[in-house]
Amino acid sequence: MTGGHIAADVLGRYVASGTQSTSIDADAGWWVVEVHLERCGPCRDRIRAIVESGESRLSTQLRRIRSDLMAQAAANPAPRVVRWLGGIRRWTRWWVAPALLPRLGMTALVVAAALALDTADEAGRFPPLLLLLAPVLPLLGVAAAWSHGLDPAYELVVGSPRAGLDLVLRRAVVALAAAIGLLTAAGWLVGYSPARWLLPCLAFTVSALALGGFVGLNRAAGILAAAWGVLVVGPSLVVARLPVVLAADAWPAWAVATGLVAIVMVVRRRAFVGLASGR
Amino acid sequence: MRRLDADEIAPTAYAWPIEAQQLRVRAGRRMAVDGLDLALGPGVHGLLGPNGAGKTTLVRALATVVRPASGTLRLLGEDVSAGSGLRGVRRQIGYLPQEFGYYRRFTVREFVEYVAWLKQMPPAEVPGAVQRAIDRVGLTDRADHRMRTLSGGMVRRAGIAQAIVNDPVILLLDEPTVGLDPDQRLQFRTLLRDLAADTCVVVSTHLVEDVAAACTDVMLIDDGRLVFRGVPADLAAAADNGVGDAPDDGGGAGGARGDSPHERGYSTIMRRHRRERAR
Repeated sequence: MTGGHIAADVLGRYVASGTQSTSIDADAGWWVVEVHLERCGPCRDRIRAIVESGESRLSTQLRRIRSDLMAQAAANPAPRVVRWLGGIRRWTRWWVAPALLPRLGMTALVVAAALALDTADEAGRFPPLLLLLAPVLPLLGVAAAWSHGLDPAYELVVGSPRAGLDLVLRRAVVALAAAIGLLTAAGWLVGYSPARWLLPCLAFTVSALALGGFVGLNRAAGILAAAWGVLVVGPSLVVARLPVVLAADAWPAWAVATGLVAIVMVVRRRAFVGLASGR
Repeated sequence: MRRLDADEIAPTAYAWPIEAQQLRVRAGRRMAVDGLDLALGPGVHGLLGPNGAGKTTLVRALATVVRPASGTLRLLGEDVSAGSGLRGVRRQIGYLPQEFGYYRRFTVREFVEYVAWLKQMPPAEVPGAVQRAIDRVGLTDRADHRMRTLSGGMVRRAGIAQAIVNDPVILLLDEPTVGLDPDQRLQFRTLLRDLAADTCVVVSTHLVEDVAAACTDVMLIDDGRLVFRGVPADLAAAADNGVGDAPDDGGGAGGARGDSPHERGYSTIMRRHRRERAR
């Protein structure tokens, strides 16, 4: 120590030892220095100067690297395609269930099969199958929005903060829209108006979500489709007449039914933030 | 390296990240967790028990995926047994389910990104956090491979990556070492020790050796009840080696079975517990 203060080289080594401590024994050697520092303001100032100069060297370097990188990034913006792809991916994440795709393929197959059967029945002996199946067709995709069997990562999704009725609804809306699109295209080929099935499609989708709050969406979709098949599709094929529920003036009943099940769905929204008890 | 926000280093307002009192959770008709009292702090807590002991159900309840039938469960000071206020808690949880499902056509990076989105991470943080999580589990060279091309052990590691992507305060891993080869297991233990400093990790397993090597704390559960809790050394010390008060229970030799002290301790405690319950 010179003149009652710590020598500069000792102070330098002390600062360096603070950033790479080796052992308790090595640290204990600095005890004398620390006792002095406790009482001596000027020496503390010198330490601050050393630390700050060291830091500023590092931070100027970091700042230079960062500005270089930013300049490079600004000079070479991502190609438009890449930005579009990123945007599409974000949109998909927000709206589409990852498990939806195979189910849409299935929907398309059913639509094509119904279309083929309808065109084969040239004499018009049976009511159009496409119309009969249309109300329950979206359920194929809707079931994939939130189901144990169809979504492999179901447990992760259900346990995540995003889980909830809003996410289920967004996914169901996309599935419904896709099914309606397919139906409309098919209907346009054989000349049916989409007005006939829009409301029934919506009613069945909301019903599936409401019932799904009790028994799980996949099972709910199955129950509703089976009930529709047994109670409506089967009988109307037997009597060879279009059922009253699909008549053009049945829409007020469908609208009321949709409203009622929507209430049930909202009341049971808690069911979508966890695994159904019992499974 | 990641910058720490002020609220990350602020003192917490709760004593234990996980706190349960008289917790009862149903799995189907059975009460799989039946009156469990727990208080878990930072560290790695090994959850041991025979198949059907209620390990998975307990972990699911801690992940807020299953709602408890009765009792209280506080996570991060928040009462989650009523099923409300879940979003904030879930953002701080990492969860690897026992049956880890994933989307086969996603790449590892896409999948972990998707989970980061599900966990409502700020979009600006996601790319860095995803890369860090993938690096930590040693999948860096596979980051852009599709999930379906991965081996069983790699899938498991991808599962761990998605669990830690949000730097969770509570990390729940259900059977994380299934399918890992010995080398990866060692790596995984290092990762666990690394996380243990500031994370409350619950690892459910039926491999006693994993617990002995990497856990700070062991819990044995049987039939939904806590049978034993202590450090791994306590488990080894509990082994009775065929002397003293070990009456032959008809199952062969009187001594505890197992190849390591921990395994012998495990089987001793389990047998003693079963004997007491039979009385």
